[in-house]
Formats: sequence, structure tokens, C-alpha cells
Amino acid sequence: MLTLTHYLVLSAILFSVSVFGIFMNRKNLIVLLMAIELMLLAVNMNFVAFSQFLGDASGQVFVFFILTVAAAESAIGLAILVVLFRNLRSINVEDLGSLKG
Amino acid sequence: MTSVVIFYIFAAVLLLASLATITAKNPVHAALYLMLSFFSGAMLWMLMKAEFLAVSLVLVYVGAVMVLFLFVVMMLDVNFEELRKGFWKHVPLAVIVAVIMVFEMVTILTHKAADLPNARMPEPAAGYNNARVLGNLIYTQYFLPFQLAAALLLVGMIAAIALTLRKRKNTKYINPADQIAVKRDDRVRIVKMNAEARPTVGEQPAVDEQQPNA
Repeated sequence: MLTLTHYLVLSAILFSVSVFGIFMNRKNLIVLLMAIELMLLAVNMNFVAFSQFLGDASGQVFVFFILTVAAAESAIGLAILVVLFRNLRSINVEDLGSLKG
Repeated sequence: MTSVVIFYIFAAVLLLASLATITAKNPVHAALYLMLSFFSGAMLWMLMKAEFLAVSLVLVYVGAVMVLFLFVVMMLDVNFEELRKGFWKHVPLAVIVAVIMVFEMVTILTHKAADLPNARMPEPAAGYNNARVLGNLIYTQYFLPFQLAAALLLVGMIAAIALTLRKRKNTKYINPADQIAVKRDDRVRIVKMNAEARPTVGEQPAVDEQQPNA
């Protein structure tokens, strides 16, 4: 039978996979954004599993808001990416040194 | 139990698709694999009887955000070969960090002290309607955050448009601020000149020697 642990372990593995992806794709901004979206999916799966397990639907409302914020975030992130590519002709993270940070 | 079999199959698809997302050579393939992993995630939520969120995940992510990703990947003429250089350089560090994270989380989650190993997902009561429950909560208790989320989406839309907007050179667009700032002297020039007598028939018109002062 399905237990809460099934879902929690799955989302833990998914979260680590996306951390792995962030380490591997340090240069490619697009895949970095995709790995962040995967991370949000893992977190949301935790929220939904606990919400259904505890019988409290507030957790799912929270997931609803996270989906909203994540959609806005990826839209603005991709817009910034497009502007960046127009100005630098590159999306390599290593080229973003104009602030001398 | 069929639900456990379904869970394992979908979880395997989800993990393989997410691994393929982060290792794909071609970012278009990465975006498509990301679609697959979101879809598997939505089906796993469906298995938990969270239908409303599963459907909204498919609509919002697979339908909208992934199309946005595909648009951006296909529009930008990026040299992805250049970005792949040194891709496998960080593998040892990345694998170590990821394995340690998985190990820690699984240790905690399956430890006896967590009191979770036999925590069955409860079967919802007969006539349970996920969308109705969420709707009741969103439109009563969480109404203000709901409105704020709508405002946030509006702000995001305006920001994304404002960031990527480019001025066109050849339009006949008029700046209203320039129009309002116009003074009378920019438009009208009053020329002083002497009044002329209307020429009568058979008579030369009077020639004015004086130049009008401009």
C-alpha cells in the first residue's frame, strides 16, 4: 500500500537530481531555470502529500500560490534571459561579469 | 496493489525524465523531457486524489510555462556546444553532494523517530471533491492572498513585456509629453506688416517700400 514515505522519498530524490543539474549546468542559464522548476515540483509534491495525509487542504492552497509565483518567476526570468542575450549575444553565466562582483 | 505498481512506474518515469532534462545535449529536448517530468508529477498528484492541482499543473506548466521555454530556446541563436564545454568536469562534486543529500533525507524520513514508515495515505471519504474543498478555502479563508496572487500575475506580465519591449524606428508614434510641452512660440510666428490698400481698377497697386519686420 502507498505510504507517505513513498512520496517524501521520491520528492527528496527529485530535489537532489535538480541540485545535481544545477551543479552540472553552471554555464547554461536555460537549463539552470529548468532545474529550478524541477526543484519547485519536488517541494510542491511534499506539500501535496502532507496535505492529503493530514486531511488539511490548506497545504494544497499553498501549492496553488506557489504555482502562481513560479509561473510569474519563470516568465520574468525568461524575459531577462532574452534581454541578456540581446545585449551580450550569449547566455553563458561566466560572461555576466559587468557588475564586477 | 495496483496503486503501488503505478506509483513506482510513474516515479521511475519522473526521475528518468528529470535526469534526461539536466543532461540533454539539445535544450529543446531538455524542455520536452521537462514536460514529461511535469506530466508524470501531475499524474502522481492525481494518484493522491489531488485532482485540481494535478490538472492545474498540466495547464500552467505543460501548457504555458513549457511553451514559453520552447519559444525562448528556439528564438535565441545560442551556441550550445560552447556551453557544453567542461560539462563533465564537475561530476564528482555534483554526485557527492546529491548522494549525500538523498542519503540524509532518506535516513531521516525512514528513521523510526520520524514515525512515518507506516503512515498510510488515507482514503478520502465517499463524495470527496478536491476542487470543491479547495474552492471553499480559496474563496473564503484565502481570499485576500488569492487577489494578491492575481495582482502578482499582472505585475509579472507587465514586467516581462516592459523588459523585452523594443522601440521601433519607423512608426508615427507621438509622445504625449512632447505634445503637452509645446509652447505657443514653437508653432505660431506673428509677422508685422503694413496694411495694404485694396488696389482699385486702372491703378497700379501701391508698392510698399518698407520690409515687414519679421
